[in-house]
Amino acid sequence: MSLSSSLARPAGPGTRRSPAAALQAWLPKLVLAPSVAISLFFVYGFMLWTFVLSLTNSRMLPSYEFVGFAQYARLMANDRWWVASTNLVVFGGLFVAICLALGLLLAILLDQRIRQEGALRTVYLYPMALSFIVTGVVWKWLLNPGLGIQAMVRGWGFESFTFDWLVDPDMAVYTLVIAAVWQASGFVMALFLAGLRGIDDSIIKAAQLDGASLPRIYRRVVLPCLRPVVFSAVMILAHIAIKSFDLVVALTGGGPGYASDLPATFMYAHAFTRAQVGLGSASAMLMLGGVLAILIPYLYSELRSRRHG
Amino acid sequence: MNAFKKTPFVLAASLAGALSLSSAHAAEVEVLHWWTSGGEARAANVLKELMEAEGYGWQDFAVAGGGGETAMTVLKSRAMSGNPPSAAQIKGPEIQEWGELGLLGELDGVAEAEGWDTLLPPTVADIMRHDGQYVAVPVNVHRVNWLWANPEVLEAAGVAMPTTLDELFAAGEAIREAGYVPLAHGGQAWQDATVFETVLLATAGTDFYRQALVELDPEALGSATMIEALETFKRLRTLMDDDMPGRDWNIATSMVINGDAAMQLMGDWAKGEFTAAGLTAGVDYLCAAAPGTQDAFTFNIDSLAMFRVEGEEREAQQALARLVLEPTFQEAFNKAKGSIPARPDLDMSEFDTCAQRSQEAFRQTAEQGGLVPSMAHGMAVRADVQGALFDVVTNYFNSPDLEAEEAARRMVNAAQAVL
Amino acid sequence: MDNVIRRRTFGARLGRFTLYAVLVLAALFYLLPLAVMLITSVKPLGEISAGSLLALPQSPTLAPWLKAWGEACTGMRCEGVGGYFWNSIAIVVPAVLISTVIGALNGYALTKWRFKGSELLFALTLFGCFIPFQVVLLPMAQTLGWLGLSSSRAGLILVHVVFGIAFTTLFFRNFYVAVPSELVSAAKLDGAGFFRIFWRILLPVSAPIIVVSVIWQFTQIWNDFLFGVAFSAHDTQPVTVALNNLVNTSTGVREYNVDMAATMIAALPTLLVYVLAGKYFVRGLTAGSVKG
Repeated sequence: MSLSSSLARPAGPGTRRSPAAALQAWLPKLVLAPSVAISLFFVYGFMLWTFVLSLTNSRMLPSYEFVGFAQYARLMANDRWWVASTNLVVFGGLFVAICLALGLLLAILLDQRIRQEGALRTVYLYPMALSFIVTGVVWKWLLNPGLGIQAMVRGWGFESFTFDWLVDPDMAVYTLVIAAVWQASGFVMALFLAGLRGIDDSIIKAAQLDGASLPRIYRRVVLPCLRPVVFSAVMILAHIAIKSFDLVVALTGGGPGYASDLPATFMYAHAFTRAQVGLGSASAMLMLGGVLAILIPYLYSELRSRRHG
Repeated sequence: MNAFKKTPFVLAASLAGALSLSSAHAAEVEVLHWWTSGGEARAANVLKELMEAEGYGWQDFAVAGGGGETAMTVLKSRAMSGNPPSAAQIKGPEIQEWGELGLLGELDGVAEAEGWDTLLPPTVADIMRHDGQYVAVPVNVHRVNWLWANPEVLEAAGVAMPTTLDELFAAGEAIREAGYVPLAHGGQAWQDATVFETVLLATAGTDFYRQALVELDPEALGSATMIEALETFKRLRTLMDDDMPGRDWNIATSMVINGDAAMQLMGDWAKGEFTAAGLTAGVDYLCAAAPGTQDAFTFNIDSLAMFRVEGEEREAQQALARLVLEPTFQEAFNKAKGSIPARPDLDMSEFDTCAQRSQEAFRQTAEQGGLVPSMAHGMAVRADVQGALFDVVTNYFNSPDLEAEEAARRMVNAAQAVL
Repeated sequence: MDNVIRRRTFGARLGRFTLYAVLVLAALFYLLPLAVMLITSVKPLGEISAGSLLALPQSPTLAPWLKAWGEACTGMRCEGVGGYFWNSIAIVVPAVLISTVIGALNGYALTKWRFKGSELLFALTLFGCFIPFQVVLLPMAQTLGWLGLSSSRAGLILVHVVFGIAFTTLFFRNFYVAVPSELVSAAKLDGAGFFRIFWRILLPVSAPIIVVSVIWQFTQIWNDFLFGVAFSAHDTQPVTVALNNLVNTSTGVREYNVDMAATMIAALPTLLVYVLAGKYFVRGLTAGSVKG
C-alpha cells in the first residue's frame, strides 16, 4: 500500500492540530450524526410520542386530552391482553429455542462435506425470501385438519392420525411456532454454518489427536467458538418474534377466539381497527418495556463478557 | 428538487410541468376502497366509466384485507399526513366519527338536486348524514340474516329448509345422521358475531336486539334473555364441524356448494360464491331468511364518504356522489355483490330471486320496524364497542368452559368500559 | 484388524446414510409449502376445491400464471401484478443502496474511529431493530405530511432507509470489528483521512458484507407490506400491496390458483436473489459479520 507516499501533508501525533486535522477528528462523529439524529427522532422521538398518546383518551386519531394512566389500568383489566402477552412468551421462547437448535443441527450436518450442499442450503434458506402474506394461506391449508397434513396422512391409511392444533384453542399458538420456525431456521442455519466455517481447523484436529470423540469435540471446542453467532442469531430471532404480525394475521387470525393473539396484533387491532389509539399506545409501551427488560441484560452481559474474554 | 428551483430556468420548467400536470389531471377523484375481487372490481369499474364519460378522472386506490381493516389503516395514515383521498369506503357509525373530526365535506347541493331525501329510505339516509348534512352516499344494502342451503343435501337428509331455530336443530340432527355437516361456518371473530346477532334476533326479537346491540342498555346485555340467546348460540356449535376455527367464510360456502355441508348462515355476499360456481338461485342453491328472523332485516350498507377537498376535485367529487346512485351503476354493482340497490325505486326483474326477496323484505321490515343495523358488520355501534363485543362473543363461543352468565357479564363490562 | 476396519466402514456408511436422510427430510419440510403453492398454481379452480392439496393436477394449466401477471384485478385495474413490479423496484433499489452506504460508513466510524460513547451510540441505534413497525405508523404519517412526502415514493424510500440503517449498521460494525486495525492505525499515522482510509483499506475487503447487507435489505423492503400500503398512493403501491389486494377479498370469490401464481411471481426477485447469491451470502456471513 503506497498510502504514505501519496499523502501530501503527514500529520503525526503530537503536532498541533490544524483546522483540517480538527475536521478529520470530527469527521467520524459527523458521519454518525445523521444516523444518530434519525434514530433519536424516528425511534426515540416516536416512542416518546407513543408514550404521550398512551396517557390520552385518543380514539380514532390522536388527540391530547390526558387521562393519566387510565389506559394502562384498562389494559391490565383486559383478558385478551394477558392472553396475548403470555402467548408472546411461549411463542418467542419456543421459536428462538427451536430455531437455534434446528439451525445448529442442520449446520453441523451440512458441514460434513455433503454432496449437493449448495442446493440443500438454498432449500433451507429460501423461506426467508417469502412473505407471510400468502405463505400464510398455504400454512393455513396444511395445518387445517380437514384439508392438510391430517387429511393427507389419514388418506394414506393412518385413520387415527390427529394433527388439529390449528383449531384447538390451547394449541393454536404452537402452529405459529411451526410456521415461524419454517421461515427463519434456515437463516439461522446459514449463520451457524458461517460460524463453523470460520473456526480454525487446527483446533479441531488437535482435539482429535487428543482422542476426543466427535460429540465431545463439538460440545467442548466448537460450541464455545460459536457463542458470538448465537448472539447474532438471538438478536435477529428476537426481532422477528416481537414483530410477528403477518404470520398471525394470515395463519390463525388470532383465533380460535383470541387464543393465539400476540401483542403486535393486539396493538394493531386496537390502534387501527377499533379506534382506540390510546389503549393501543399503552399496549405498545408495555411491549417495548418488555423487550427492553429482556434485551438490555442480555446485551449487557454479552458485550461485557466479550470485552473481558 | 428545492436546490434546483433556485435557477430561473428550472423554476420555469417545473412551473410549466406543474401546469401541464394539473391540466392533464383536471378534476379527478381518488377513491379508497376494498372492492378488489374480480366481480366487485368489474362492477366498480362501471362507476369509473360513468365518471370518465363525464370528463372526470378516477384514481383507483384499492386496499384489500380484513374486511376493510387495512384500508382503514391506510385512510388514518393519509388523514394524519393531511392528505386524505377524495372519497373513501366508510360505513355506519364510523361516518359520524370522521365527521366529528371535521374531515368530511358536505354533499347537500347534490342531495337536493337529486332529491335524496325522497329517493333514499329514511334509515339509509340517516346514516349518510352528519350534523344534518349529507357527507356520504350509499352504494348498496346487504342483508346479513340469510340462510343458504344445498337442496340435494337437504333432500338426502329428508329435511326441509328450517324456518325456526328449533327446526334448525332438528334438521341438523337428521343431516348429521345422513353424514353431512349441518352448518358450515368459519371460526373468525366477525363470522362468530354474524351468527350470534342472528341468533339473538331469532330468540329475542328486534326490539331487544336494538336495546342490547344498538343502545347498549346494560340491563338488556346482562338479562336472562341475553343469557338464553348466548346459550342457544353456543348450542349451534354442535351443528358445526371441528375444523372451523380460522376458516374463511367462502371456504365454508364452498362446503355447501360441494355438498359436504347442508347450510350456512351468512350475508348475501355469499351469492357471489354460488354464482361463480355456476349455480342458479332457487334451483341449485336455496336462500331463506335465517331461521326465526323472517320479520327482520339486518342491514349492512356500504357507502362512500366524501372528504373535505377544494376546487376542481370537489366538483369531481360531487359528480361522483351523483353517479353512485345512477341506475346503471346500482344495477351492475349490486348484481355482482349480491346486495340490493340503495334506492328502492329500481326495477328488480333483472335480479335473481334471492335479491328480489331481499328487496321485498327490506320494504316490509322498513314499514313494520324490523329493520335493524348489523352489529357484526359495523352498522350498529362504534368500532371500539364492536371490537369489545367481538372479543366476548368469539371467546365465549370458542371456550368450552366459559358460562353464558359470565359472557353476559363481560358483555356489560365491554359496553361500559369503552364508553 | 480386518474386522475392525470393516465394522468402521459399515458404521460410517450407516452414519452417512442417516446424515443424508435427516438432511433430505428437513429439505422436504422446507419445500412442502412451496410444493403446495406450485401445484395449486397450475390447477384449474375446480380441481382445487375438489382434490387434496398435494394431488398432482389432472389437467395442468398455465392460465393462472398469465392471469396473475397481466389480467387479474387488483382493485379496478385488471392488469395483474406485473405493472407493480416497477413501483417496487423504484423504491427498493434506492432504499437498499442508501441504507447500505450509511450502514457501511457507520460501521466503519464505530469500529475504526472509536470515541467516548461510541459503543453507547451503537447500542442506542441497535434498539431501532426492535421497534414494532405498527407503533410508528401514525407518527410517521404525520412526519411525512410535515415533510411534504406523504404518499410519495421518496417518502417510502425515506421510511425504509430510516428503519433499515439499524440493521445495516449492525452488519457492517460486526464485520469491521474483525478487520485488523493495524493497517488503519498505520494509515492514520501517515495522516490519511477518514474517507481515504475507508476507500483504500476497508471498502476493498467489504464485498462479502455488502452482499449480506444488500440481500437482507432487499428481502426486507421487497417483502414489506405495512409501510408500502400505509404510505403509498394509488400510483406508487408496491407489488406486495397488489398481491394483498389480489389474495385478500372480503366479500368476493377467491381464485386460489391465481393467488398462488401471483405470489410466486411477486416472490421471484427475492427467490432469485437467494438462489443466485445464497452462496455469497453464507460466505459473507463467514467472512466476519457473525464473529462479533
